[in-house]
Amino acid sequence: MLTLSINGADLQVDVPEDMPLLWVLRDVLGLTGTKYGCGIAQCGACTVHLDGVAARACVLPVGSVGQRKVVTIEAMKEHPLGQRLQQAWLEDEVVQCGYCQPGQIMSAVALLAQNPAPDDQAIDLGMAGNLCRCCTYTRIRSAIKRVAQA
Amino acid sequence: MSVDSNAPLSPSRRQLLKVGALAAGGLMIGFALPFSGRSFAEQVINEGPEDGRTPTATALDAFIGIDRQGRVFFTVPKIEMGQGAQSGLATILAEELEVGLEQITLKEAPPNEQLYNDKLLNFQATGGSTSIRSNWEPLRRAGAAARLLLIQAAAGQWQLPADQLRAENGRVLGPDGRSLGYGELVDAAAQLPVPENVPLKTPEQFRLIGQPSRRLDTPDKVDGTARFTIDLTLPGMKHASTLTCPVLGGRLAEVDERAARQVPGVREVIRLDNAVAVIGDHTWAAFAGLRALEVRWDLGENADIGSDAMERDLHRALDGDDGAVANEAGDIEQALKEAASTFEAEYEMPFLAHAALEPMTCVAQVRPDAVELWVGTQVPVRAQTAAAEAAGRPPEQVIVNNQLIGGAFGRRLETDFITQAVAIAAKVDYPVKLTWTREEDTTHDLYRPHYVDRFAAALDGEGRLLGWRHHIAGASVLARFAPAAVPPNGLDGDAVEVAMHPIYAMEHLRVSYTPVPPKALLQSWWRGVGPLRSSFMLESFIDELALKAERDPVDYRLERLALHPRAQRVLRRAAEQAGWGEALPAGRGRGVAVQFVFGSYLATVVEVEVGEDKALRVRRIVSAIDCGRVINPVSVRAQIEGGTLFGLSAALFNEITLAEGRVQQTNFHDYRQLRISDAPPVEVQLIDSSEEPGGVGEAGTALIAPALVNAVAAASGTRVRRLPLVRAGYHVV
Amino acid sequence: MNLRTCLRGVFGLSLLPLAAVAQTAPADQTLIERGEYLARAGDCLACHVVEGGRPYAGGLPIEMPFGTLYSTNITPDKETGIGNWSDDDFVKAMQQGVGPDGQHYYPAFPYTSFTLMPREDILAIKAYLFSLEPVRQQNPENDLRFPFDQRWGMALWNLLFLDDERFEPDPAQSEQWNRGRYLVEGPGHCAECHSPRNLFQARSGSKHLAGAEIQGWNAWNITADEEAGIGAWPDEALARYLRTGVAEGYGVAGGPMAEVVNHSLRHLTEADIDAMVVYLKTVEPQPADIGRPAPRELAAEVPAETAHPLGRKLFADACASCHQWDGSGRQTPYAALRGLRTVHDADGRNLLRILLDGGHLEGPDGHHLMPAFNRHFDDRELSDLGNFVLSHFGATEGRLTPEGVAERRKPGS
Repeated sequence: MLTLSINGADLQVDVPEDMPLLWVLRDVLGLTGTKYGCGIAQCGACTVHLDGVAARACVLPVGSVGQRKVVTIEAMKEHPLGQRLQQAWLEDEVVQCGYCQPGQIMSAVALLAQNPAPDDQAIDLGMAGNLCRCCTYTRIRSAIKRVAQA
Repeated sequence: MSVDSNAPLSPSRRQLLKVGALAAGGLMIGFALPFSGRSFAEQVINEGPEDGRTPTATALDAFIGIDRQGRVFFTVPKIEMGQGAQSGLATILAEELEVGLEQITLKEAPPNEQLYNDKLLNFQATGGSTSIRSNWEPLRRAGAAARLLLIQAAAGQWQLPADQLRAENGRVLGPDGRSLGYGELVDAAAQLPVPENVPLKTPEQFRLIGQPSRRLDTPDKVDGTARFTIDLTLPGMKHASTLTCPVLGGRLAEVDERAARQVPGVREVIRLDNAVAVIGDHTWAAFAGLRALEVRWDLGENADIGSDAMERDLHRALDGDDGAVANEAGDIEQALKEAASTFEAEYEMPFLAHAALEPMTCVAQVRPDAVELWVGTQVPVRAQTAAAEAAGRPPEQVIVNNQLIGGAFGRRLETDFITQAVAIAAKVDYPVKLTWTREEDTTHDLYRPHYVDRFAAALDGEGRLLGWRHHIAGASVLARFAPAAVPPNGLDGDAVEVAMHPIYAMEHLRVSYTPVPPKALLQSWWRGVGPLRSSFMLESFIDELALKAERDPVDYRLERLALHPRAQRVLRRAAEQAGWGEALPAGRGRGVAVQFVFGSYLATVVEVEVGEDKALRVRRIVSAIDCGRVINPVSVRAQIEGGTLFGLSAALFNEITLAEGRVQQTNFHDYRQLRISDAPPVEVQLIDSSEEPGGVGEAGTALIAPALVNAVAAASGTRVRRLPLVRAGYHVV
Repeated sequence: MNLRTCLRGVFGLSLLPLAAVAQTAPADQTLIERGEYLARAGDCLACHVVEGGRPYAGGLPIEMPFGTLYSTNITPDKETGIGNWSDDDFVKAMQQGVGPDGQHYYPAFPYTSFTLMPREDILAIKAYLFSLEPVRQQNPENDLRFPFDQRWGMALWNLLFLDDERFEPDPAQSEQWNRGRYLVEGPGHCAECHSPRNLFQARSGSKHLAGAEIQGWNAWNITADEEAGIGAWPDEALARYLRTGVAEGYGVAGGPMAEVVNHSLRHLTEADIDAMVVYLKTVEPQPADIGRPAPRELAAEVPAETAHPLGRKLFADACASCHQWDGSGRQTPYAALRGLRTVHDADGRNLLRILLDGGHLEGPDGHHLMPAFNRHFDDRELSDLGNFVLSHFGATEGRLTPEGVAERRKPGS
C-alpha cells in the first residue's frame, strides 16, 4: 500500500510499484484528465506537477513518487495560474480535439510559475515537450502571452 | 473523401420535414437528408419513439426536440473531433430557431443511414470537410420550421395573426409585450401540420452566423472533465491491449503466456486470429502483460516486402499504360509534339500515419441481448456493421454510443480496432476497454498512400501553358473502403479530385490514374484526402513552369485563372498580405499555392529561410480563404491555422517505411511531429462572401506542402519533388 | 547488428527449467539452480540468443574486426546444440576454448575469463543448460576473412594469450575480496570489455580494466583511479550501479553494460554485488583521458545563452521532458545527467550511441527506456544536440560533427 499526495489529499493505493503514475491516476483514482499519448515522455499529454514542476506521469514509477506532491489538471480550477490559463485558453479558442490540452495547460502553468514573463522563444522552449496533433500551437503561444502580460 | 464539391443543391435534394410529439411531451422536428429516398420521418413517427437503446429506436434521435422546459435537444449527425462542427451546426440551428447557443443540448447521432447519411458523401460519416456544407440548408430549414410552428402555436393561443408575432431568445413575443416561452408552446406546436413554405432568415437578420463565438465543447476540455473513449469506465469493465502481428496478413502461431500471467493485475490472455490480447485490472497490467508475452507469428507472405518493392511497383505503373482516363480535352499528345517546348517532372509523396494523440480505443460489451459499443467513430453505421460481423450478430443488435474524439484525421473512418475490441469482449462476460499502445497505433495504422505523379507540359514560345499530361499512380483508397463506388476501369474519384479539373485554363489535358495496390499495408483516408496529393503535385508543377518561363509565380497563375475569380481573389489577397514581390534578404524566399476544393478557395504564401547545411526555417505562413458564408470566423481561422500546420508537420518530417513487411516507425521519437518550437505564425485572411458555405477542415492541410517546396525553391534554387523535406536533407531550425 | 537490439525482444522470456522434457536424467535441483545463477553471473544469454529467438539457441551475429561470428546453440538439442556433449567436453570448451571436435573458438567467447572457473561451477552451468527445453536451431557459419578463418591459428593465439589456470584465492585478502575477484575476473568476465585489446585482439595485461572501446561504446575505466575510474565512487553508489544500472551523479548503464545489468547483475545476490565492489575498489588505478565532470549546479530554466541554439531547441523538443534543464532527471534517476562521464567525453562516444540506439534498463522500480532517436534527428541535428549536451551538462567543448555522426550511424561504430 502506497500513500500518495494527490491534489492536496493523501490517498492510499494498492498497486505495483513499477506502475507509472499515469495509470494510477487514470485507472485507479479515476483522474482521467491526465492523458496517455505515447508512454515514452515524447508527447506531454500526461503532464502533471511534481512539487510544482512539470513531470511526465507516463514514465514515473508510482513507487518513486514518495512524499512529492502530485497535482493534476483536475486541481487547476483552484490554482491561480491554472485558472487564468484555462480562461485564456477559452478566450483565445485554443482547443480543437482537446486531448492534449490538459497536458499543455499543466506545462504552461509550470512554465509561468518559473518564468512569469516568457518571450516567444522561452514559450517555445518551455512548451516544446507537449505535442498537439491538431497543431493549435499559435494559439497556445498567444494564450500564454495573454496571461504573462496580464 | 470523394465528393462532388461543386454540385448545387437541386430541388430533389431538398430535405423533408416532419413534426411530431416527444414521448414525454414536447415538440420534435425531423430533418431528412436527401439520399434516404423515402419519407423517413413518416416511418419514424408511425413506429413511435422508443427507448433509445436499440438502433431502430433512433426515431426520437432523428429530431430536434424541444421539451416543456424549453430546452432544445439536437441530435447532431456529425461527430466532434476538434474541427468545431458540432458547435457550427448548433449555431446554424440556433440562428433559425431563435434560441441562444447555451439553450441547446447536443446528442451524438446513433447509426442510422436513413436519417444521418451525409448528402455529399452518401453514407453516415464525418469527413471530407462536409459537415457544414451538407447540413447548412436542411438545418436552417428545420430550425425555421420549428420557429414557425411555435409562432403559430402562440398565435392560436393568443388568437392573433402569426405575422404579428416574432420569436427571440427562446420565446415568442406578441405585439403588446406579452410572451410565451417555447416550453409553454411545444405541446400545441406538436399538433400543427408541417408548414408548407418555411421562410429562412436573410443574412441581414443573422445574429449568430458570421459572428465569432466560442465552441460548446471547449470548457470541459481545458479542465480535464471532457471524457474521451479512453477515459470511460463502466461497472465491471476491464482493460485490454493487443499485440497484432507485425506483418499484415500474418497469423498468431503460438503464445507462451506464463510470464504474462505473473504480472500483477493480469486477468486473461486472449488469442485472436492475427493478434493476442491481454486483459487486466488496469491498462498498465495489459501493457506490461503484453511485454511479458513470448509470441511466435506465422508471418505469412508479406514478410519480405520493403518500401523499395512498393516504390518499384509505382514507377512501373507509370511506365506502363495510361491507366483509367479521368479527363481528356483537346489533344495533348499532338500538342506535346508541336509545342515550342515541353517540360516533364515527377513528384512523390510517402505513406503517412495519422498519429492521433488519443490512440485507437474502444469500449465493447457483448451481452446475450446486444453488443454495445462506446467509441469515438467517424462512421457509426460502419462501426455497427463491423461489430455485428465480429460478434456474429445482426446489426440491429449493436448499439453504438459515439464519443468525443481525441484526434482522428481520417483514422476513425476505419473500424479495425472496433472489430478487435468486439472479438475480445465476445470472449469474456464483462465490458472491455481496448486501448492500443502508441506503438500499435503507429505500426497498425491504415496509411495515406504513397503516390507518384508524372507530368508532361506543352508550352508555347513564351513558356505559357498549352496543356499537360498527368498520370497518377498510387493505391486506391476508395477501392478498399467502398469497392462498389469504383467503376470497372478502376478510376478512383478521390485519387483524381482536383487533378481531374485543374483550375488553370488549358486547351489540352489528359489526366489518368493507375491504381497500384500496396503490399504489406493498407491504405486509407487521411486529412486532406485526394486533394492533399493533387494540390502538391499540381501546385509544384505549375510553379516549376512559371520559373521555367521566368515569370512571377503569382502572375503566371493569375493569367490562367480567368474562370475562377474567387481563386484570383484569394491569391491576390494572400500575396498582398505576405508582401509578395518585396525584396528579401539572401537565403530567404516565398512560395505560393492556390486551390479550389471542399467548396472553398484557398491561397497560401510561405516565407522560408534556407541556411547552411539545408537549415530550414519556416518564418511565416499567410493564407487567404474564401469559404463562402462563414458560420464562425474563429473556427474557420482555427481550422486553417491548425490544418496548415498539420500538413506542414507531414511535409517536413513524415514518411512511413516498410522493411521485412514491418512498419519501421513506432512512436513519436521516430515518427516526428511538429512541435511549438517548429511552428511558424499563421495569418489567415477571410474573404467576405455570401456564397454557399465551403469546408475548411482539410483545405489548409492540402495546400501547405506545395507552398513550402515552392518557397524552398525560391530561397535556395533547389526543387524538392519528393516529400518529406527531411528526406532531402533539410533540418528545421 | 548490436547486442542491445538483438536482445530487445528477449526481455521477459520465461526461463523456467523444463525438467520434464530434458533429455538427460534430471539433475539435482540445487545444482540446476546454482547453475542458473552462475549462467546469469556469466551473462551467457547476452550472446546466446537473438531478438525474438529462443533463449540459449544462439545465432547472434557478432561483428569483429576480421569478420562476423555467430553465437552457438547451447540448448541440449543433440543435433544443433550441445545435447551430446560430455562433462569433459563442456569443461574443455569453457576453460580452453576448444570444442569437442577439437576446433578452437574465437575469444569473442570469453573462455579467457571462464578459464578461472572450477570444474564444479562449470558443470553446474551445464546441468542448468541441460535442464532446458532443447531447441533445434542451426545457426549460420562464421564468416571470417583469411587468415582469421583458419581456426588452427587460434591454437597459436591460445598459446600466447590464454592462461589455462583456475582461480586461486589470495590468502592475504578477505573472503569477500576473493569472492569479488572471482566474480569480476571469472564468470563476470568484466575485463573482456573493460580492458583494452592488443593487435591480436588479446586483452592487455598492463592496462587491466582501464577502459576500452567496444561496439562503438566506451567501456569505462573501472579501476580504482579516483579521477578516471570508480575510485571516488562511494561503495554504496557502485553497488547500486551494478545492481540497478544507475547511481545518480556517477553513472547510468547504457548499451552493452545495460544488457549486463538486465540479464546478469540485477539477478546477483547483494552479498555478491558487495564483494565485487570490494574487489573493484582495489584494482590498480590506471589513468584515462575522460573522468567524471565536476559537479555543476544548473538552473531549472532553459539556458538563455548557448553556442548551440539548434541543440538547445532539440533538447527542449525531445529530451528536457525526462532529463530536465538542470540534468536532474525528474521522473527517475535513470535520466539524471549530472556527473556522468558520458557528458564529459568531447567525442561524445557513448552520448551519440545512446542517442542513436536508445537503451533500456530493468530497474527494481520498473522498466526504464531511452528512445532511439536515429530516425528522429539527422546528422547535423545529432551533432548539435550532442555538443549542446556536452557543453551544458559537462562543461565540455564537444567535437561532434555531422560527418562524424554519419560515420557512427553504422552499427557498432
